[in-house]
Amino acid sequence: MTIENSIMVFIEQRDGKVADVSLELICEAKRLAKSLGVPVTGVAAGHHMSENLKPLGGYGCEKVYYTDDKRLSYFTSVPYAKVIVKTIKKYHPQIVLFGASTTGRDVAPRVASEMKCGLTADCTELKIGNYKTKSKEYKNILHQIRPAFGGNIIATIVSPEGGISMATVREGVMKMSALDISIKAEVIKETCDLADDDFMTEVIEIVRKEKRVNLKSAQIIVSAGMGANSPEALKLVKELASVLGGEVGSSRPVVDSGTLSRERQVGQTGTTVRPNLYIACGISGQIQHRAGMAEAKRIIAINSDENAPIFDIAHYGIVGDVCDVIPKMIKAYKAEA
Amino acid sequence: MGLKMIVMVKQVPDTHNISGEAMKPDGTVNRNALPAIFNPEDLNALEEALKIKEKTGGFVTAISMGPQKALDVLKECLYRGADNVVLVTDRRFAGADTLATSYALKRAIETVGKFDLVLCGRQAIDGDTAQVGPQIAEKLNINQLTCVSEVVDVDDKAITVRRTVDDGHEIVKSCFPTLLTVTSDANKPRPPSVKRVMSYKNTTCDCCSTDTEISCISETAGNLLECDVDYIDADPEKCGISGSPTKVIKVKNVVLTTGNSKKIPNTESGIGDLIDELRNDNILG
Ligand SMILES: Cc1cc2nc3c(=O)[nH]c(=O)nc-3n(C[C@H](O)[C@H](O)[C@H](O)COP(=O)(O)OP(=O)(O)OC[C@H]3O[C@@H](n4cnc5c(N)ncnc54)[C@H](O)[C@@H]3O)c2cc1C
Ligand SMILES: Nc1ncnc2c1ncn2[C@@H]1O[C@H](COP(=O)(O)O)[C@@H](O)[C@H]1O
Repeated sequence: MTIENSIMVFIEQRDGKVADVSLELICEAKRLAKSLGVPVTGVAAGHHMSENLKPLGGYGCEKVYYTDDKRLSYFTSVPYAKVIVKTIKKYHPQIVLFGASTTGRDVAPRVASEMKCGLTADCTELKIGNYKTKSKEYKNILHQIRPAFGGNIIATIVSPEGGISMATVREGVMKMSALDISIKAEVIKETCDLADDDFMTEVIEIVRKEKRVNLKSAQIIVSAGMGANSPEALKLVKELASVLGGEVGSSRPVVDSGTLSRERQVGQTGTTVRPNLYIACGISGQIQHRAGMAEAKRIIAINSDENAPIFDIAHYGIVGDVCDVIPKMIKAYKAEA
Repeated sequence: MGLKMIVMVKQVPDTHNISGEAMKPDGTVNRNALPAIFNPEDLNALEEALKIKEKTGGFVTAISMGPQKALDVLKECLYRGADNVVLVTDRRFAGADTLATSYALKRAIETVGKFDLVLCGRQAIDGDTAQVGPQIAEKLNINQLTCVSEVVDVDDKAITVRRTVDDGHEIVKSCFPTLLTVTSDANKPRPPSVKRVMSYKNTTCDCCSTDTEISCISETAGNLLECDVDYIDADPEKCGISGSPTKVIKVKNVVLTTGNSKKIPNTESGIGDLIDELRNDNILG
């Protein structure tokens, strides 16, 4: 048995192609691993995808423990959880990271339950630090940071006992750094000892829909909050986005109200964006929203309440009604075009 | 005959509608001032169970772990159509994280008896973790189908559902027993029935002592039962704080820095200057 003390990332795949969130997590793991002096490894399951795993080395993943089986081509809960648990038990990583995707959020809790270890969902920041109780001091453990309880607090969570910490992180939260294609990861094949009985879910059909909205790559985002959720204001938000050549984003309550689709939600439980320009229209600026947009290069906030928290992170603040301000912006932009 | 179903329901603070009164002067939330509600997606889980019962026949038991006050959501389950409800309550459960919660709920489910289907909400709005469902499934050693947005087909052996995933959807099938986590897209929960409100309004809670025999999934309906750690035969070490590997070590109020935001006058010239500045900085094309 090899005890590695690595940071392990669950490598999520679709049709054999590695998901972006896994690459982002490898980059974050690399950063954490540096301060611990340990390697970054990956755990993957799939079929005929060794070649797609080698490039992970370029992001900082040294080895990938890969279980290949035709029955693992598609994600199903029990077999994937078993593969991950087996790999963890064999190599003893001290930290395991999962994307907070529908797949990661399905399998991570199952793995954590079997390993009887802590799992923190939707972290917005990860750090290595110490933790002291009255009787004991824990050195170099994972500090998992996430907004909690209505966003009014930021909680730092640790799982000191049990020797293993697990966390999920949403796509886009961690930065992906440039690929060094000359470095290849070592792909280590693990034997698959799953029985047919472990495959309890029969996949009948998979329908992938093209993402119609790509907030992550938009350079300009105009977002509507509850202060811009009237038909009139929404029309103006869409018009401003189209005039500036940007995408429409939104806060969560607007999505919950059904006026904009879920894929437009910016924030902790939506998409994290880093555009050149973010225009927040009638958005109060709660932490869960800010978690998804605070790193925009420039932020304009339009809000009728001069004390709205969004003004604290905006580079430019306009106090006023969205229906009054947006037409002026459109006019000014067109006038100089 | 028919399916034996267990629905897991939680009472949560209404974090989606935090009002001014719920904020303390130091900027933190006063939990006690927040109304306690039925976790929204748990209503969808209950509705789905009731719909399945209409189709295949069967029996629906709702279980909640929480303080006495959680009886409110369980009564609500009776009003909407659940056959029996069980409150799992004990001070020794306090401070549980998702691992300790799922352990206690697993013991409660096993105490209640044999089942075909467990239904949970996808996630609870107080933490948005979505962990308890899959963890119960692992502890019961059964399959799980998460993010279910539609039940496509069900008979007495298997269930076929549509799962909404990040980039589309899947149609998947599982034999019983299995666990579903249900999303708000799955259905529109029915309102409480007036007739049922009349019959269960005054139902009182029966505390189970170690010698009461409960088999909740029996043909007698309308029971409102309460049980503790001992009754469900849970190991107190695995419950509550002592059974929770995660510790919250620091809680920071979100301090709003009065930033260096530039105030733009809401006038044509003010906004015109802003657009100029963004153009000059190549932010706008
Ligand atoms: C676990 C959890 C996860 C969450 N995840 C997310 C997330 O990913 N993304 C997200 O956005 N939220 C998320 N939330 C919700 C978040 O806490 C806030 O409730 C939400 O961001 C508020 O949205 P809002 O600013 O649009 O609405 P409100 O808070 O209602 O603010 C509306 C604002 O509009 C202003 N306004 C009103 N009328 C006008 C007008 N005519 N012109 C100009 N301004 C006007 C008001 O002054 C106010 O500031 C989450 C919450 C929880 C508990
Ligand atoms: N204390 C509890 N009692 C009953 N069911 C619960 C409890 N906690 C969580 N659940 C179930 O697990 C689901 C997911 O919860 P969570 O992991 O907290 O987001 C909820 O929608 C409920 O169905």
